[in-house]
Amino acid sequence: MSDYILEARGITKTFPGVKALDGVDLRVRRGETHAIVGENGAGKSTLMMVLTGVYRPDSGQILLDGKPVTFPSHEAAVKQGISIVYQELSLVPSLSIAENIFANRQPVSGLGFVRRRALLDEARRSLALFDLDELDPAMPVRLLSPAMQQIIEVLKAISTDPSVLIMDEPTSSLTELETSRLFENIRRLTERGIACLYISHHLSEIFEIADSVTVLRDGRFVCEAEVKDVDEDFLVANMVGRTIADIYGARRDPASFDELRTDASRFESRGLGRSGDFAGADLRVRSGEIVGLAGLVGAGRTELGRAIFGAEPADEGSMLLDGQAIAPRSPREAIALGIGYLTEDRKTQGLFLDFPLRANIAANRLEGLSRGPFLSEALIDRAADAAVREYRIASGGQGKPVRTLSGGNQQKVLIGAWIGIEPRLLIVDEPTRGVDIGARSEIYAFLRALAGRGTAIIMISSDLSEILGLSDRIYVMKSGRIVGELDGAKATEESVIALATGAASGVTR
Amino acid sequence: MKNWFGRLARQREFMIGAIVVAVCVAMTFASPYFLSTGNILALLLGLSVEAIIAVAMTNLMVSGGFDMSVGSIVAFTGAASATLLAAGWPVVLAVVAGLAIGAAIGLFNGFIVAKIGINAFVTTLASLSLFRGLTLIITEGRNISGLPDAFKEIGQATFFGVQTPIIIAAVLIIIGDIMLRRFRFFRQSYYIGGNERAARLSGINVDGMKILGYTLTGLFAGLAGIVMTSRLGAASMTAGTGLELRVITAVIIGGASLQGGEGTVLGAFLGSLLMALITNALTLIGVDVYWQTFVIGATLLVAVLIDQAGKKRSQANVGARRIPVAGARSALAKGSGS
Repeated sequence: MSDYILEARGITKTFPGVKALDGVDLRVRRGETHAIVGENGAGKSTLMMVLTGVYRPDSGQILLDGKPVTFPSHEAAVKQGISIVYQELSLVPSLSIAENIFANRQPVSGLGFVRRRALLDEARRSLALFDLDELDPAMPVRLLSPAMQQIIEVLKAISTDPSVLIMDEPTSSLTELETSRLFENIRRLTERGIACLYISHHLSEIFEIADSVTVLRDGRFVCEAEVKDVDEDFLVANMVGRTIADIYGARRDPASFDELRTDASRFESRGLGRSGDFAGADLRVRSGEIVGLAGLVGAGRTELGRAIFGAEPADEGSMLLDGQAIAPRSPREAIALGIGYLTEDRKTQGLFLDFPLRANIAANRLEGLSRGPFLSEALIDRAADAAVREYRIASGGQGKPVRTLSGGNQQKVLIGAWIGIEPRLLIVDEPTRGVDIGARSEIYAFLRALAGRGTAIIMISSDLSEILGLSDRIYVMKSGRIVGELDGAKATEESVIALATGAASGVTR
Repeated sequence: MKNWFGRLARQREFMIGAIVVAVCVAMTFASPYFLSTGNILALLLGLSVEAIIAVAMTNLMVSGGFDMSVGSIVAFTGAASATLLAAGWPVVLAVVAGLAIGAAIGLFNGFIVAKIGINAFVTTLASLSLFRGLTLIITEGRNISGLPDAFKEIGQATFFGVQTPIIIAAVLIIIGDIMLRRFRFFRQSYYIGGNERAARLSGINVDGMKILGYTLTGLFAGLAGIVMTSRLGAASMTAGTGLELRVITAVIIGGASLQGGEGTVLGAFLGSLLMALITNALTLIGVDVYWQTFVIGATLLVAVLIDQAGKKRSQANVGARRIPVAGARSALAKGSGS
């Protein structure tokens, strides 16, 4: 028996024009959690696809339990004990938990009918692994929270009884609390001898869950280390190849808001609510202020943001923008008022993935980029060129669909589009989800600069360090209500979590 | 001039245009009759009705919509106008009424799709039967002939030897192409087809544009119905049967897709022209008439296969990031709103 359950040696994979992997090594011990870190484009995902048989490497060797193996197909890799939890959910929402866990492997009778009872029993056994006995395996997956869906995804991946489980950004749609629940379950799996390969942008998670870590940069192996021997600065420095100072930048001097006449707020909401989603929301955001909106997934933060933007209008309460009563009934009206909203879901709700950068930059201000009734190609080109320069977007040629850009560059396209309307109030929902650390620090700088020009910013985020690092002030939501307001400079993780989970209440200023 | 959205769409127009030219050149050698004015005019007259509808259908399909009911709208508006004429209505009023009926049916389709959220295919499939059925009811299964000469002029008059349906189609194609290519208002259709939810969050009035798209398609189908009735001098209960498939085929050959976000009016016209040319060529070189439908199907398939190959190649260039995921996705069942 080899020390390492999975080993990769000198893996090289070339795509037309790009060397995605260049002689990458990887060693994973039995029953450990091994993290892979690196910026977007470092080759993490490509390596995973090589390890799971989706891509075949140009050269290099994969050893499973010391024996060389090849994976002619993804199915072959699964059969030999490698399983993967996809970054984007692969569940079928309308089907039951049981059918999702055993997709395509349902127990069948001789005639090919699904043996329903056996299927449910097996699903129950599977749920029991994670102490989810109370969950009905016949329930359709769409009724579950994103966090629970992610856990079902893990159960689906381990239902093939793998020796190695790969997880690619499994926490990207989870809050910190749900993440810790997932981690608990990962620990149970490693105790059973399953090795976990864990990919994440959140370095704090690595220190919480991983035993060892491999750093990749630009498709190359940089280093391998025991997590207990290294710190975050070491990982970041190796990931980006340089040291990054404080990624959140300097918070604004609170006194400067006084100069801006703090009694006059840029945006105010009073008793804003929509039945079933949130109620009684009193918000106040000053010009130039970044206000964090924290809380668990499902606390109503996104719903509140979308209501202010008119996407799903509020049905009670009132809003003021620069002292004027407003009630946008659609995004169109909100944009006309100078309100922008950067969606949490850039792929399905933000970008036009098959359109090039210039079409995406123009989408929310077609009128401003027209001459008379005609769209002006020249104006659009100018706006797109300016955005590429200003936000340092690596677009790889403006004619290419934005689908081909990295997550960080895609997000910068959206940020550029929204800053482009020169908003009075910009709501950003999970502004750095799935974005690597280099692009993240840039995005923070763009938001700070925008606030510096007087825009009021509401930042919805499940990333606590982002909330704490960037916000001038923090509102915490729980079950559709704002349960507390904190000073950004004084708030701590504990104080936010306590409010978000209901362990504390009230206003501490 | 730099390209706007898909460079692909333009390539498609170029490709179809080249094939059209190639077929024409080949036919000049194959049949001395092909290049005669009579043959060309007959060919254009034959496709003018579907080309008129294709103008509005392109905008609709670019926005991710779809209309199966245009053939029935053609029959119904033709029959309605003829009935009104037979009842002694003045020609202008009967024509306006026909156009209004077409637009109203489109509005009906658009309202159900955009506001109630029923799938476009299902909605317009129902309309296809509804209005074919109403046509049978009002005509009682008979053709309506004996229409006034002034009405027949709409489809039968000639200017410099060219019949009016050809002129109407040409004018609409030119205006439609410019509108969809350059007008800010109609460019919104591309955004809606590209990503409906993102379009809404970008401040585009998605529901309004969709309803307008169906209404315009109904209006253009109504116009086509009047032109056809006038040209034939009679309203037929079977007019426009299967027309929807020819129109949609032309639009797709011309570069549009069922997902939306791509396509041009010029492309749709070229698609329509190519189908007519193939039919014409087969007739002239004496191929059995039964082969025509088969060849049209083959043309459609080849056009989309070439398109797909082109897209695959451009995706491979960026090192295809996509993992095979067991998600259920249907081309026809596009999500309706957010």
